[in-house]
Amino acid sequence: MTSVSINGEAHHFDNPISISMLLDQMQLGGKRIALECNGAIVPRGQFNQHLLTDGDKLEIVVAVGGG
Amino acid sequence: MNNDTLLIAGKSYNSRLLVGTGKYKDFSETQAAIEASGAEIITIAIRRSNIGQNPNEPSLLEVLPPSKYTLLPNTAGCYSADDAVRTLRLARELLDGHSLVKLEVLGDPQSLYPNVVETLAAAKTLVADGFQVMVYTSDDPIIAKQLEDIGCVAIMPLASLIGSGMGILNPWNLQLILDRVQVPVIVDAGVGTASDAAIAMELGCHGVLMNTAIASAQQPVRMASAMQKAVEAGREAFLAGRMPKKLYSATPSSPTSGLIGKP
Repeated sequence: MTSVSINGEAHHFDNPISISMLLDQMQLGGKRIALECNGAIVPRGQFNQHLLTDGDKLEIVVAVGGG
Repeated sequence: MNNDTLLIAGKSYNSRLLVGTGKYKDFSETQAAIEASGAEIITIAIRRSNIGQNPNEPSLLEVLPPSKYTLLPNTAGCYSADDAVRTLRLARELLDGHSLVKLEVLGDPQSLYPNVVETLAAAKTLVADGFQVMVYTSDDPIIAKQLEDIGCVAIMPLASLIGSGMGILNPWNLQLILDRVQVPVIVDAGVGTASDAAIAMELGCHGVLMNTAIASAQQPVRMASAMQKAVEAGREAFLAGRMPKKLYSATPSSPTSGLIGKP
């Protein structure tokens, strides 16, 4: 099993999962987001091949209103 | 006035008013206020996405497309250089390599006063990483100069605390910064109403960035329009050069001769 922290929440996956699959599950596929895995940016072009590993910490962000 | 553009990092802007996109009732009010302000550069924040809880959440970037505005991602809410740098790297990825950013590192959650030590450290890292950094800072002229020397493309001192609406509290310090810094100086934070924006521009500041003064007005769209006029009026007054102040004048505006009833 793979345990991953996503935006501070613990998530568990039984099978290997790529970032693309994860985003689709969260209905974020195709949305304008940026993603960091363990403190490093993962470029959009690598979402398909990047598989999550146990203990990964993901941050997924969007643009919101702000000063 | 046509050739009087604001030049930041090699790009010209017609509007000297920069606005934030926070604190509005909804996206339609945000859009209407920004339209009324005439601003071309608008700040946005970077925050954690919903992760499936709210799949139909509207996107700010659909309302304010990067094709129409120069988006200025900020680091509001960051209290360390590391967090600020990470946030802006995410922003650059989010906006397809866009490198013009607003750096802001706060020091205290009550006052939201900037932490200039962390700000200097973050500015160094970001400039070395290819960012064009517009930097929010205190009104300390020495720090302002250091930020310019690091390579920041605009120095953005507070006029008073973020969200306070207290106006231009220390015009003398802003003047010291203007005298020392070559890159644009943009008052960021503290403006409460139109006259504050005009005063900043009359001092010679190159622009004004505001959010709360518009978003928290009783009628934000109307205040956005007032701010556009104030910034333009203040700029034109600065360029025109004001008359010297004097306690009283022995030269009235009307002719001293030709008065009726004289012998």
